[in-house]
Amino acid sequence: MTENELIWRIAGGSGDGIDSTSQNFAKALMRAGLHVFTHRHYPSRIRGGHTFVEVRASASNVRSRGDGYNFLLALGDSFARNPSEGSVYGNEELKPLSENLDDLREGGIIVYDEGLIDEEAAAELNLEERAEENGWHLYPMNLREMAREHGREVMRNTAGVGVTAALLDIDVSYFEELIRANMPEDIAETNITILNEAYDAVSEQEFTHDLRVPTGDHENEQALLSGSNAIAYAALDEGCRFISGYPMTPWTDVFTIMSQHLPKFGGVSEQVEDEIAAAALALGASHAGAKAMSGSSGGGFSLMSEPLGLAEMTETPIVLLEAMRAGPSTGMPTKPEQADLEHVLYTSQGDSCRVVFAPSNIRECYDQTRKAFEIAYEYHLPAIVVYDQKLQGELRNVDADFFDREPNPDPGTVLTEDELAEAAHHESGKFERYQHDSEKGVSPRSIPGQKGGRFLASGNEHSPTGHISEDPANRVAQMNRRLQKLDSVRSELDAAEESHQTVHGPEDADYGLLTWGSQQDTVFEAVDRLNEQGHSVKAMGVGDLMPYPVAEVTDFLESVEECLVVEMNATAQFRGLTQKELGRFGPKLSSLLKYNGNPFEPRDIVEGFETSIDGGDLPDETMKYVPAAGD
Amino acid sequence: MSAFSAIGEEEEIESEDFTPGTEPQPTWCPGCGDFGVLKALKQAMPEVGRSPEETLLVTGIGCSGKLSSYFESYGYHSIHGRSLPVARAAKLANPELEVIAAGGDGDGYGIGGNHFIHTARENHDMTYIVFNNEIFGLTKGQTSPTSPKGHKSKTQPHGSAKSPLRPLSLSLAAGSSYVARTAAVNPNQAKEIITEAIEHDGFAHVDFLTQCPTWNKDAKHYVPYTDVQDSDEYDFDVTDRREAGQMMYEVESKLYEGEVLTGRFYRDDPRPSYSEEKQAIGEMPDQPVAEQYFDEDHQWDRSYDELLDLHK
Repeated sequence: MTENELIWRIAGGSGDGIDSTSQNFAKALMRAGLHVFTHRHYPSRIRGGHTFVEVRASASNVRSRGDGYNFLLALGDSFARNPSEGSVYGNEELKPLSENLDDLREGGIIVYDEGLIDEEAAAELNLEERAEENGWHLYPMNLREMAREHGREVMRNTAGVGVTAALLDIDVSYFEELIRANMPEDIAETNITILNEAYDAVSEQEFTHDLRVPTGDHENEQALLSGSNAIAYAALDEGCRFISGYPMTPWTDVFTIMSQHLPKFGGVSEQVEDEIAAAALALGASHAGAKAMSGSSGGGFSLMSEPLGLAEMTETPIVLLEAMRAGPSTGMPTKPEQADLEHVLYTSQGDSCRVVFAPSNIRECYDQTRKAFEIAYEYHLPAIVVYDQKLQGELRNVDADFFDREPNPDPGTVLTEDELAEAAHHESGKFERYQHDSEKGVSPRSIPGQKGGRFLASGNEHSPTGHISEDPANRVAQMNRRLQKLDSVRSELDAAEESHQTVHGPEDADYGLLTWGSQQDTVFEAVDRLNEQGHSVKAMGVGDLMPYPVAEVTDFLESVEECLVVEMNATAQFRGLTQKELGRFGPKLSSLLKYNGNPFEPRDIVEGFETSIDGGDLPDETMKYVPAAGD
Repeated sequence: MSAFSAIGEEEEIESEDFTPGTEPQPTWCPGCGDFGVLKALKQAMPEVGRSPEETLLVTGIGCSGKLSSYFESYGYHSIHGRSLPVARAAKLANPELEVIAAGGDGDGYGIGGNHFIHTARENHDMTYIVFNNEIFGLTKGQTSPTSPKGHKSKTQPHGSAKSPLRPLSLSLAAGSSYVARTAAVNPNQAKEIITEAIEHDGFAHVDFLTQCPTWNKDAKHYVPYTDVQDSDEYDFDVTDRREAGQMMYEVESKLYEGEVLTGRFYRDDPRPSYSEEKQAIGEMPDQPVAEQYFDEDHQWDRSYDELLDLHK
């Protein structure tokens, strides 16, 4: 285990400012020259409950959460319910300390707020004893008292940051700058006083630990973004000027970001009555000529099924997002999972005719969302970006100039009025919007208000002019043409300079790991570790789910002896998709599955890989291993 | 000048312009009230002066949904109950289009009821025509939200235990700024009301009584009818919410007692449309969103310039 990294975990109740404090902490370390990555864990409630955010920071690139962590700032939960006899929730006030101890690395540091967690409570946890066993360094501090003395109790989090800065030797001026930038002047000054008081208070103590913040330097200017930021900015840069939605965790973040910025970009955002309406509005706006999007999470996306099919049938371009959370039903609203894969691929009646991308990190969120818009509007079909609660909220630093790109306001395949005058028309004078023989399967499109372009878009099977038709020959021609668009998309993606499939590790490796979406970079970290340990492993992260990248995945699987498929669901949906699409490799593919509400840590994958090679049981009951067919 | 040259073009508009060349003959049953809606709408268009190419007709599913097949314009034949969300977004994306939505009583008051309430509440500048035949026609005669209490059908063999929905009262409560009822049996009034509804700057809801001779009742069930504006018996102020509400309650009750009352029941002309409200708070651009893509001079902002500093 390396200690040239800091994994700082701040824990408290919802409402204790865990999120905002951790964001500032991550940004401060980024400005100080470090690479940072955050992992959020929170319950579905407004106040109280066990919440934490980890900030992993290192001089070298970090792309995943780490294994456990090495610094705990336990604020205690100031919104805790009072424990009564027989209550199932126990002493919530104590949980930010007690619930986090299992993952703390040997030699780690614990700072906790004595103001909330008193000696008696600490004794209840056998804290001293456990600290001795694990070589932990305890720094109980009365953060509550410091906050009260110089400001207000809610500023405990700032006091905690001050203590952290002193213990790890972080320059407090980074925090001061951020506090000044984010708060009204008087509140900022109070916080800065508390920050420095806390810093000084702990500096007087003798330190027993060796851990210090790593030092690093960035070559380029950095920006700290979440997956939601990157998706929303991609949409804006693609000229998306209409979004409709209904709040649902975790999709709400993108919806919020878009709603805040669209007016000044000249666009329109609509919060509507339900997700059926949300998807239908996006269709209406797109039909009228706007580049439009909508989205939701599992339950809301279920409601979008029928409008999604309508988009396929009427060939109305649209981009939809699906931010997955643990299901079924309401499931675990604030926990990540990748169990909506089949839902996203196949929901709505009839044969699917959609494009589905699953980005794996902040950069891919941006690139693949832009591609989704391009393809939706070029090929007249729905393009879906599926991601999850993990990716939407995790913050990571990226070179700022990565986003220095040209906007793309191109409305895609649309005829001009001059072209419409020349276009094939039915003898009645009607424009043939759904012409049978079209290049790449993409028939010509007009926009209401254009001269000479009127047509009927219908969810019924329809003739070239859009009129309802049940003629068998027309039916087959239209089905074939619509599905041909997917082949055309696949050809375009295969020919593109940059593939959405990413391979990591030595080319001639014996073993493979295959994954998709948000788990990719964690798998890649595990690959590095496995190779360091003497294994011969490489991994592929798949971004194109429909149309499936048959050639690339086939090449990858042919090049390895065995392959472990890593995904966050219980029924190995991606492995199933891969076998269905490739029609073989069953005996080569085993699965490592996790669906307990927490994303994989690199060590989970290392353990899973070793189990797949050596046999036996997984050491960790939070995961499931499914051997390959015939094994 | 619009990027879409059909919009605002000066031209002579005739009713016949709205008859499609490809499928001019509707598949509705002989004697169906739906013909009345089609005719009234075609006659209204020259009155309001909008051409087929600047008009978007969005329909739901059912016999009523086929209106877009027999009416020549830009059309969107959507899915059951969802014509309103499609239509109102088209209006937001391009407010210069004339947007009309249509569907049946099952489509609009049943499965799409939620959208009806919220579209009315928002007061989009559009027209919504509900073909109210008190039955599910195309699926062969099941009880609908406006079927009378006790109505027997294959799905309600002992008669419906439910009181019918009150579409006019619901519309008023939800926020429509123009509410009227007309009937296929009264083509002159139908044309006038549809014209008024399209000209109204806000959400105009027309409950259109369309007899279903196959499953329900033929035209004579809606005869005689009374136009409340022409009758001395009814005296109320259509701009007064309370009086309008009382009148609607009476009209809805009497329909099931065999008395057909039609006319305008409510209008709130001063109320700003949704687009106006949104523009007033800076949430909608002056230039229609749809036009921006075709305007070579449009300035396209980038996230890099506008937003990235927040993250540094």
